[in-house]
Amino acid sequence: MFSVILSTASRYLLPLLLIFSFFLLLRGHNEPGGGFVGGLVAAAAYALYFIANGVDEAEKLLKAEPIRLISVGLFLAVISTIPSILIGKNFMTGVWLDTNFPLIGKIGTPLVFDVGVYLLVLGIALKIIFSLAEEDR
Amino acid sequence: MTNQIIILPIILPLIFAVTMLFFWKSVKIHRYVNLIGSTISLVVSVIIMIQVLSDGIISLQVGSWQAPFGISIVADLLSAVMIVITAVIGFATALYSIGTIDPGREKFLYYPLLQFLLMGINGAFLTGDIFNLYVWFEVMLISSFVLLALGGTRGQFEGAIKYVTLNLLSSAIFLAAVGILYGIAGTLNMADLARRIPFIEQKELLTAVSVLFMIAFGVKAAIFPLFFWLPASYHTPPVAVSAIFAGLLTKVGVYALIRFFTTIFVHDIGFTHNLLLISAALTMLTGVLGAAAQSDFRKILSFHIISQIGYMILGLALFSPLAIAGAIFYIIHHIIVKTNLFFVSGVVDKLKGSYDLGKLGGVYKYYPILGLLFLIPALSLAGIPPLSGFWAKFVVIKASLEIKEYLIVGIALLVGLLTLFSMTKIWNEVFWKDDPKGSENYIDESYKQISTVKKYLMFAPIILLALITIVIGFYAEPFFNYANAAAEQLIDSSTYINSVLGLK
Repeated sequence: MFSVILSTASRYLLPLLLIFSFFLLLRGHNEPGGGFVGGLVAAAAYALYFIANGVDEAEKLLKAEPIRLISVGLFLAVISTIPSILIGKNFMTGVWLDTNFPLIGKIGTPLVFDVGVYLLVLGIALKIIFSLAEEDR
Repeated sequence: MTNQIIILPIILPLIFAVTMLFFWKSVKIHRYVNLIGSTISLVVSVIIMIQVLSDGIISLQVGSWQAPFGISIVADLLSAVMIVITAVIGFATALYSIGTIDPGREKFLYYPLLQFLLMGINGAFLTGDIFNLYVWFEVMLISSFVLLALGGTRGQFEGAIKYVTLNLLSSAIFLAAVGILYGIAGTLNMADLARRIPFIEQKELLTAVSVLFMIAFGVKAAIFPLFFWLPASYHTPPVAVSAIFAGLLTKVGVYALIRFFTTIFVHDIGFTHNLLLISAALTMLTGVLGAAAQSDFRKILSFHIISQIGYMILGLALFSPLAIAGAIFYIIHHIIVKTNLFFVSGVVDKLKGSYDLGKLGGVYKYYPILGLLFLIPALSLAGIPPLSGFWAKFVVIKASLEIKEYLIVGIALLVGLLTLFSMTKIWNEVFWKDDPKGSENYIDESYKQISTVKKYLMFAPIILLALITIVIGFYAEPFFNYANAAAEQLIDSSTYINSVLGLK
C-alpha cells in the first residue's frame, strides 16, 4: 500500500534520523549511545524509508550493498586494534590524539572501533530487512 | 611485548574472513585466502605452543585493563595444544573443502563462515574469563548454525532445528550459571575464581552452580544424557562441515569441562566428579550401543563421537594427574582420527553416491589405498596397538586401575571391543562385501566429473591426518609427556593464577 503522507514524511525524517544516529554514535564514549545504538537508529531510518517507498527505492538510496557495510565495519574494527600494538601497548588499548576537535571531541581508536560497529549493525540490520522484503515479493 | 602473539589465533581468522567479505563475489579468492589463512594460523599456533613450552604460561590483558577487571587471554599448555590441533583441522578442512564443497555453498560465504567458526573455537580455548568464554561459544555456535543449515536441504533443516534448539537451551543455562556465579564470587576471571573459591562459604550454592555449568557444557560436549542433538544433526551437512564439527565442536565442550572442573570447581570432588564418572560410563556405553544399531556411515561415526567423549570425561572424572593427562592425550588423538574418518566417509560417498551401508560395497577391490586409509583411523579409534588410540585408551584405563575403579575398567574395555565391532561392520559392508549394484566397478556419475586436482585435494588431508595418527602411535612419548605437563599445570593451578593475575 502506498501512502503519500508517509512517503513525503519519510523523505524529511530520513536525514533527521541519520543525523540523530551520528549524534548517538559520537556521544557514545562517555554517555549513553554508541555505535550499536547509532547503527540501529540509522537502520530504522532506512527501514522507514523502505516501508514508505518500497525496497527498490531504499536499496537505490543506500547505494552500497549491505554486505559492503558489514565488511567495511569489520575492517574498521580490526584496523582500530593496530595503533595499540604499534606503540607497544597491550592489544586493543585505547589510543587517543591529544588535540580536541570541534563537535567531535577527542579522536582515538575506540571511536574508529565504534564507527566500525555502527556500519556493521547498519549493514546487518538492512541485510535482514531487505532479504525479508525480497522474500515477500 | 612477545605476549601479544597469543591474540593472533583469534584475530587472524577475523582478518581472513573480512578479506574474503571484501571480495564476496569471487569464490576463487575465498578458496585461496582460506587456504593461505589456515596455513598462517597453523604456523602461528605452533609458534605459540613452542613459546608456551619454553617460557611457561603466557597471558595478555586485553586493552590494558588489569585482571580480574578486564578480559584476560591466557595460553597454558592445554590451550596451546588445543589451538594447534584446531589449526591442523582447519588446514585439513580447507583442503578438503576445495575438493568437495559444491559451488552453491561456496557462493554463499562458506569459507568466511569457516574462519568465523575457527575464530570462535580459538577464542574459547584461549580466554581466561567466563563471560568472554560465553561470547566465544556464541561466535562458534552462530557460525556453526549457518554452516549446518547452509544449502537448505530438507535433512539439513531437520538436523539444524534440533541442533539449534538444544544448543540455545544450553547457552541459556550457561548464562544463568554465569550470573549466579558472579553473584556468589563477585568475579568471572577464571584465575581469580580459582583463588577465591576455597574461601567462599556457600558451598552448596557453589555445587549447584557447578552442576549448572556441567549441564551447559555437557550439552555441548554431548555427554549422557544430553547428547541427543548430535546423532540427529551431524550426518546432514556436507562432509567437510560434519568433519570439522565432529573434530572440534564437542571438544570445546570437553575443554570447558576440563578447565572448569580442574582449575575452578574442585571444592566438592566427591559429588561433582562422581557425577561426571557416572555420566562418563553411561556416555561410553550408550554411544557405542547406539552406533551398533545404525546402518548409515556417518551416523555410526556420530555415535562413536559420543562414546569417545565418554573416555575423555572419564579421564577428567577420575581426577588423578595420570587420568587427566590421559584425557588430554585422548582429545588430541580423537580430533585427528574422527575428522579423518568423516573425510573418508565423504570420499566413499563421492565414489558410490551413498552413505547407506546396505547400498555400499566393493570399495577395497578397486581402491585398496582408500581401504588402508580408512583402516588407520578406524583401528586407531578402536584402540589397536600401536596406533594413537591404543595409547589414549591405555593411559585412561591404567589411571582407572590405579584408583581401583574396576567396574569402569570393565566398561571401558567392553566399549573398546564394541568400537572394534562397529569399525569391522563398516569395513565389511563398505570395503569387503561385493558391490550390491553389480560386480563391475560402479562409480557414481558425480565422481567422474570431479577434476583430478580436486581429487588430490580430497585425498591429501586424509593422508596427512593418517600420518599424524601413525606418528602419535609410534612416537607417543613426547605427546604423552606434553599431556602430562599440561595435566600438572591444571591440577596445580597456582602457576595459572600467578601468571594471569601477575602475582609473584
